[in-house]
Amino acid sequence: MKKALIMLLSVMLLFGIGFSLTSCKKKETPAKAAEVSTPAKKFKVAFIYIGLPGDLGWTYEQDQGRKMIDEKLGDKVETTFVENVPEGPDASRIIRQYAQKGYNMIFATSFGYMDPMVEVASEFPNVYFEHCSGYKTSDNMSTYFGRMYQARYLSGIVAGKAIPKGASIGYVAAFPIPEVVRGINAFTIGVRKVNPTAKVKVVWTNTWYDPVKEREAAVALLDSGVKLIAQHQDTTEPQKAAKERGLVSIGYDSDMGKFVGDSVLVSPKWHWGSYFVKTVQNALDGTWKKHSYWGGLKDGVVMLSSFSDKVPQSVRDLVAAEKKKIVDGSWDVFWGPVKGQDGKVIVADGAKMSDGDMLGMNFLVQGVVGTISK
Amino acid sequence: MIALITSILAITLRAGTSLIYATIGEIYTERSGILNLGLEGMMLLGAVSAFATVYYTGSLLLALLVAALTGMILSALHAFLSITMRANQVVSGLSITLFGSGFASFLGQRLGPASNGHYLIGLVGKKFTPFDIPGLSKIPVLGAVFSQDILTYIVFLIIPVAWFYMYKTKNGLNLRAVGESPQTADAMGINIAKTRYIYTILGGTLVALGGAHLSLSYAPGWTDNITGGRGWIVIALVIFSMWNPSRAIWGALLFGGINAIQFRLQATGTTISAPLLNMLPYLVTIIVLVLMTWVETLNKKVGAPAALAVPYMRGEK
Repeated sequence: MKKALIMLLSVMLLFGIGFSLTSCKKKETPAKAAEVSTPAKKFKVAFIYIGLPGDLGWTYEQDQGRKMIDEKLGDKVETTFVENVPEGPDASRIIRQYAQKGYNMIFATSFGYMDPMVEVASEFPNVYFEHCSGYKTSDNMSTYFGRMYQARYLSGIVAGKAIPKGASIGYVAAFPIPEVVRGINAFTIGVRKVNPTAKVKVVWTNTWYDPVKEREAAVALLDSGVKLIAQHQDTTEPQKAAKERGLVSIGYDSDMGKFVGDSVLVSPKWHWGSYFVKTVQNALDGTWKKHSYWGGLKDGVVMLSSFSDKVPQSVRDLVAAEKKKIVDGSWDVFWGPVKGQDGKVIVADGAKMSDGDMLGMNFLVQGVVGTISK
Repeated sequence: MIALITSILAITLRAGTSLIYATIGEIYTERSGILNLGLEGMMLLGAVSAFATVYYTGSLLLALLVAALTGMILSALHAFLSITMRANQVVSGLSITLFGSGFASFLGQRLGPASNGHYLIGLVGKKFTPFDIPGLSKIPVLGAVFSQDILTYIVFLIIPVAWFYMYKTKNGLNLRAVGESPQTADAMGINIAKTRYIYTILGGTLVALGGAHLSLSYAPGWTDNITGGRGWIVIALVIFSMWNPSRAIWGALLFGGINAIQFRLQATGTTISAPLLNMLPYLVTIIVLVLMTWVETLNKKVGAPAALAVPYMRGEK
């Protein structure tokens, strides 16, 4: 009996540890990779996905971008993708496999593929590598990402107008990393531009993709009396939880209104297609160079989805006006004055925050309730 | 404050429901001497089959039946391997989990309608909604207990029934005997293989229903890995409740409550380290285990079934 018990316990603990470790990674998924490939002699492009195109969020939008390559350059280029690739050693194996099979360009769509990709890129100098959201580049490896904070700012304006003066908004946040913090801050600045005493309550789930937890977090915020739910997650659960209470929400990643209904007022979303087509075209023309792409509203990489019918025209006009300022470069979200949670000025009036500071952002702005948990 | 406690109680019960189903199921299985580590896979397949059924037929009852059937088939497989074939139960259980989680996400990508790219993810189906029990739901704080969905009310019923059956009926006595000392039970004329088959399959059914609660009520819809490791938590809960169905509720409430409390504390501005809270239930399980083992030396009444995970063969010592 003791032996059985010890065995039971050790198995249980092992798996417990396994689960708590993998849940720290971006979008952990079972270690299986469904591969889809097609034979031909065109310029071949492969995509490495962290999840499934059916997640309706992150991977869905990357896949929409891939489809745009097919559509625009289909006569010269063919694409393929592999789903559910875990970050870590498995990733370098799969990336290498595509390079060996003669693929000319490989897109890796999650932060954790960075080091595996750097490793493989050094072995295949004639293959182009594109990595999403990282910071390491080499002669044949570039990074791409988007200024999502600009679209989040605009969605904040929509949110600020949708709640009573001085009310609270709930924000279900993934991990306390600069990307997420930047989003919370930009959103809050947008909210308080039109609703100066409103508050944004933040709850961290420490997950990218855990439907049950993300719903629980949203319900906890709703129970605390917030009037609207915004989020930085890869599921639609927080939006669904808000809808069940008869409240509105702001989506993310993709046009979540399509999946949840008109209670999702608007979604800041990714739109990779134009960038993908351009960089593939550059490779075809032989003009591709190492770059660190961080496109914004101007480039169309980040954008707002179409509005729900519940958003009045006056708000749409206001958003359009703000968007124009950002697109023509006359203003950006983190131009001073920007105040921290305690009211202290962090970016002085007239100053502009640098890209470097934005990429390492580790403070919350005035109006956010919550802390960056360590 | 009262509102906060009420909401924590309500969400804790909702979160704990699937855990209680699975814990009671696994207690019955283990009491017969069979260790089933396939819970995670069975819960996932239960969840995906239930959701697919409700999406196409609109019948919640049918969805529960399909989930139960899924659980029966998988646990019958485990029973066949570990009882008839006398295979290593840990290996058999783990392979069911690995198979189940892979197959469930496969089904999630193939069972959906063509309009959604054959994905089940993101679809909306019918679901169990909480309803108030007139009168009782008006009680302050405790009223939260009477504002749940039907599956949670059934849990209130299952717990005492499961306890009564195990400790107060002849069948329950036979079940415990088989798990403690199959040789003795065999000598008394109890059919060991039959008993083990029955309770392994019964247990698997309850486990799959626990999975169905996730996709039909708690987080309605299907998403990959919807269980988020709950199958493993249940294995801890079985130990936590020392193989006694009446104690299953406390462990399930503890585990279910941790998340609810964690997010509510955050929403009120208090910050307790999330990893610390996530660790707590496992820590408590270890403490309980240590305490119980210590108590066991004084009082031989509690503990794991002596023949757990040991295949039985007549005439073998």
